[in-house]
Amino acid sequence: MPHDHPDHPHTLLPPEPALRVKALETILVQKGLIDPAALEEIIDTYQNRIGPQNGARVVAKAWSDPVFKAALLADADPVLAELGYYGRQGEHMVVVENTPAQHNMVVCTLCSCYPWPLLGIPPGWYKSDAYRARAVREPRKVLADFGVTLPGGTSVRVWDSTAEVRYLVLPMRPEGTEGLGEDELAALVTRDSMIGTGLAQVPA
Amino acid sequence: MTRVHDMGGRFGDGPVLPEAADAAVFAEDWHARALAVTLACGALGQWNIDTSRHARERLSPRDYTRFSYYEKWISALADLLVEKGVLTREDLAGQGAAGLHALAERALKAQNVAQALARGGPADRDGGPAVRFHPGQAVRTRLPADNALADGGHTRLPQYAAGAQGYILRLHGTHVLPDSSAHGLGEAPEPLYAVRFHASTLWAHPEHPDDEVILDLWQSYLEPL
Repeated sequence: MPHDHPDHPHTLLPPEPALRVKALETILVQKGLIDPAALEEIIDTYQNRIGPQNGARVVAKAWSDPVFKAALLADADPVLAELGYYGRQGEHMVVVENTPAQHNMVVCTLCSCYPWPLLGIPPGWYKSDAYRARAVREPRKVLADFGVTLPGGTSVRVWDSTAEVRYLVLPMRPEGTEGLGEDELAALVTRDSMIGTGLAQVPA
Repeated sequence: MTRVHDMGGRFGDGPVLPEAADAAVFAEDWHARALAVTLACGALGQWNIDTSRHARERLSPRDYTRFSYYEKWISALADLLVEKGVLTREDLAGQGAAGLHALAERALKAQNVAQALARGGPADRDGGPAVRFHPGQAVRTRLPADNALADGGHTRLPQYAAGAQGYILRLHGTHVLPDSSAHGLGEAPEPLYAVRFHASTLWAHPEHPDDEVILDLWQSYLEPL
């Protein structure tokens, strides 16, 4: 059963956030409950190794290979696992395709659920109250905050990530990219285009 | 009533402020430390993801609103460590016992981090009740949205979608029920569906007649129409 503590134990730690983290980390290290080297490894993983470049590779491949794209949209998990994109906060993936008729956009109104293996740690705005509150009610106004305007004939589907399923948007392939290879295409795929708050870049 | 975290549809938050695409993954060093400490503590195996989400939701509305993102994480983690008996209030106050903790042998080691993160924590399970709904079927969500098992408990049915008519879009499989799992009541897996709602069902002034909102909802959140 839930217990609400009027005197939450966290108030025993220093109030300033950086000091609060440091104090708790120090206590846990002294007791052998966390290993400082493991912390460095976790930070390095999400700072340098896992990020939107993973998702961009998947999108570029889907743009280039119709068989891959069909398999990805039908059942993403085995397709992504084969590319090595599986893990924490990406255990159950669904890929949704943007078309001229329908634009997809992803939010987590209740917390900050996000497909870590494909996009890394979510940006600050994705976790902000404004995005969580507004994306489901007024997605087009939120898109305007990103400088995106959809044609009137395009409907919007907002996916509120309320379970352990994580969503990746497959943006539309930009015009004028017919001759490009997967690496060049991947460079056009922005993080925001895979959340649905942006569009893929048009080649310069 | 649900809790302060349940903010979907709320008015008054102002513009979304996008960051540059090349902004740092962690805006401050302590953000990275907060994330890493939280993940490393999760590896001690004393709670599950639903418990830890609920710990953040149980911050007082005052704290939840004024804390930045990783302040919520680290403060809820401290609360959870005490609640689960891993640390004492004396420990947090810097007056705890010295020496290694009984759980120290479970601490996540650097060489096991990659494997632990890659393994993840799948939420799908075998068994559970029979699938009750098929794609296209009209359903209505529970009203009120409250957890049916625990007063004030964790649930993943947002207030804005309570009592609303929607349509089954797809079956995701059978997944752990957070309403039960967050409270030590067992995993109680149930069929999980993506459910499609017309924006005009949820909002008095939808932006566009064809817009939709999709939520992932467990079978016990839904009744047939």
